[in-house]
Amino acid sequence: MIQHFTIDGRRTPFREGQTIMEAALDAGIYIPHLCYNPEFVPHGSCRVCTVKANGRIVASCTTPAVEGMQVENETEELQGNRRELLQMLFVEGNHVCPGCEKSGACQLQAVAYYTGMLAPEFTYFYPMRKVDASHPDVAIDYNRCILCELCVRASRDEDGKNIFSIDGRGINTHLTVNSASGKLGDTDFDVHDKAAQVCPVGAILPKHEGFNIPIGQRLYDRKPISVVGDVADHQED
Amino acid sequence: MSAQTATELSALLVKQWNHDPSKLLQILIGLQSALSHIPNEAIQYLAMELTLPQSVIEGVIGFYSFLHRQPRGRYDILISDNITDQMQGSRDRATQLAEKLGVTLGATNEALSVSLDYTSCIGMPDQGPAALVNGRTITQLTEKRVDQIAELINQAAPVDTWPATFFKVEDNIQRRDILLDTDLDEGAALTAYLTQGADKLLEDLEQSGLRGRGGAGFKTALKWRFCREAEGEDPVVVCNADEGEPGTFKDRVLLQTYADRLIEGMTLCAAIIGASQGFIYLRGEYRYLLEPLQQELQKRRDSGLLGSTIQGHASLDFDIEIHLGAGAYICGEESALIESLEGKRGIPRVRPPFPVTHGYLGHPTVVNNVETFIAAAMIAANGAEWFRSRGTAESAGTKLLSISGDCDRPGVYEYPSGTSIQTILADCGATDTQAVQVSGPAGKTLPATEFDRLIAFEDVPTGGSFMVFDDSRDMLDVVQNFAAFFVHESCGFCTPCRVGTSLLKKRLEKVVVGHATGMDLEKMIEIGSLMKTSSHCGLGATAANPVLDTIEKFPKLYDDRLKTTSFEPAFDLNQALDEAREITGRTDPGAYVKGGGV
Repeated sequence: MIQHFTIDGRRTPFREGQTIMEAALDAGIYIPHLCYNPEFVPHGSCRVCTVKANGRIVASCTTPAVEGMQVENETEELQGNRRELLQMLFVEGNHVCPGCEKSGACQLQAVAYYTGMLAPEFTYFYPMRKVDASHPDVAIDYNRCILCELCVRASRDEDGKNIFSIDGRGINTHLTVNSASGKLGDTDFDVHDKAAQVCPVGAILPKHEGFNIPIGQRLYDRKPISVVGDVADHQED
Repeated sequence: MSAQTATELSALLVKQWNHDPSKLLQILIGLQSALSHIPNEAIQYLAMELTLPQSVIEGVIGFYSFLHRQPRGRYDILISDNITDQMQGSRDRATQLAEKLGVTLGATNEALSVSLDYTSCIGMPDQGPAALVNGRTITQLTEKRVDQIAELINQAAPVDTWPATFFKVEDNIQRRDILLDTDLDEGAALTAYLTQGADKLLEDLEQSGLRGRGGAGFKTALKWRFCREAEGEDPVVVCNADEGEPGTFKDRVLLQTYADRLIEGMTLCAAIIGASQGFIYLRGEYRYLLEPLQQELQKRRDSGLLGSTIQGHASLDFDIEIHLGAGAYICGEESALIESLEGKRGIPRVRPPFPVTHGYLGHPTVVNNVETFIAAAMIAANGAEWFRSRGTAESAGTKLLSISGDCDRPGVYEYPSGTSIQTILADCGATDTQAVQVSGPAGKTLPATEFDRLIAFEDVPTGGSFMVFDDSRDMLDVVQNFAAFFVHESCGFCTPCRVGTSLLKKRLEKVVVGHATGMDLEKMIEIGSLMKTSSHCGLGATAANPVLDTIEKFPKLYDDRLKTTSFEPAFDLNQALDEAREITGRTDPGAYVKGGGV
């Protein structure tokens, strides 16, 4: 049976068991997100998809829709919260957009534009992080990892390879690779793996194809992410 | 330690824990305690035997503070770093010990004889400063005791041979009310169950008004009922003995002296919800309680109060296993605790589903605090009215408080819910009190103007931590200590808590060095509010409380240290150029920046 709730006043249908995010996507309503990808179990870690459901702030990717629920999405308060979460992600890692191959097709950058983030504002952390170029076809730049764990989920749940893991705690939490050396080159990772297609930022990048599409003509250069959708949907083109 | 030994020991532990991957954390704790670290050979062996990715095992080791991949010293010393320990001189004692041993604080020496570092509150604020040496608790670290310890270490005396007085942990019960003052005959709660039945006892529990003693205050009868009615099979009873909130230690006393009642309460719960499996999740800091608790469990089995056919009833079949934690505050959160029980990193789960329907390994699970189980057992034996005879309408019964800090008589106090802070301060001999921190860093900071408030769910709820600060204390030291605690203990899963805790700590430092302006305070409030509303779990939602509370209630603390300008940089640019000037050898006027800021 189809039930309904509202997002910013718009009547939105949903099926029993759907989350707010799933129902919104089906209805063509954009809720900003980074760690969410409809192909995988929701994670709820980036918190960028927070909405107000009946007055309570919740992550829309993990909260079930309920009949009659009133959801606020595109309000200045929520966009402000999202800007601040994005600023946190920017200063926590080393994100240098002008020098990044992913610029223009990066979800972090695109969501930041969408929410009107102009500068990181917080003091940079400048963490010392490595780059792993050991694999012949794929490079990992840990500086850009936002810990969405999409590669962890994709490798575990779809590729069945368990190549990526999370280590450490708190601000020292970091992505790791499952090999004795910790290097991607020492795993059976393949450029065609699902895990190679899901990174929303420039942390996992294919080699040998730098700047194929010129700056200015990239995914989010002409239309905003709210229209274009996730980068993962366009990665296998 | 040779590679063969590490593998052999791993094999032994894997066998002891039935080749069960969900026992990974327990196996790792065994390896750490025997080998002072977890060698790569052991990780490889476990990966193979338990069919787990090696990186997943490494991720578990990397999550828990007490597990290490590099060898620790033969004497692994962790000084408790709660603010109450610091107020009792812990930092000076740590420095004294470092000097006497010739080691650097925060490091392991080259000879691998000593590791010396700080750790989060180990639950001894009433008898601090305290420390863990090879996992064993040492209390009352006086200067003399530190000298003795240094001497013993320099003589290479095994910790087992150290004077027993070092390891003495006092109960310090200062005030008793119905819970601690009423006797409970062994098996009385179970007899009540056998004569009255589950429905009647659940009704009694509901009538009693008992709510979770860990602080959240969920109705116990409702939790048990949900679990009893859940569709999943083989429900599980879990006792949350991960008493990690800094400043609380009342569960330590209950585990040490009232363990029989705890087991009785857990067994009662098992009978009501139909569980055969139970766990006590004991925080690693309370390692010294493991053997006594195991003996208590055995005693109950021998008396027919635990195990199969309890009190001669074949339908009553329930046993309890103890799992240790390994230094992670977040595991006090019930879903993180369950993850940890399953041998994983203690990351709080997405809810719904809730543990009562999908808990330990997917089974319906009741997780309750130590005090809750004990209260439930006492209510079953004495009736709802007995419990209702104390407390308020919304907060029935009594509450155990762990009182520490600036007072003459620290210790455990049992009060009827609804007792005022003023009364408590008078009883424990606190004078010139500036502030109390109720329910730990995650709780509330209350100034003197609010001492008429009541300890109760409807006013000031608490899990039991009650820290007192007199006029001589700089409350910013307290806030900084709490902020550092949360940076260390954030699990790192969600953005606002992982990054926000660090941002708050840095801004506080800016305030302390006198570089902050009004804008920094506004930013701290903004960050704190975001953490409060947007975090994945209660840790993130409460981690900003000390900052938010003190900005609101102790504004002078901050205002006195602010610069008057509307903006100040976080650093001095001119000073930051020192290194560049040194490298380039420039001393001309053009190499200096006036005003110092950007």
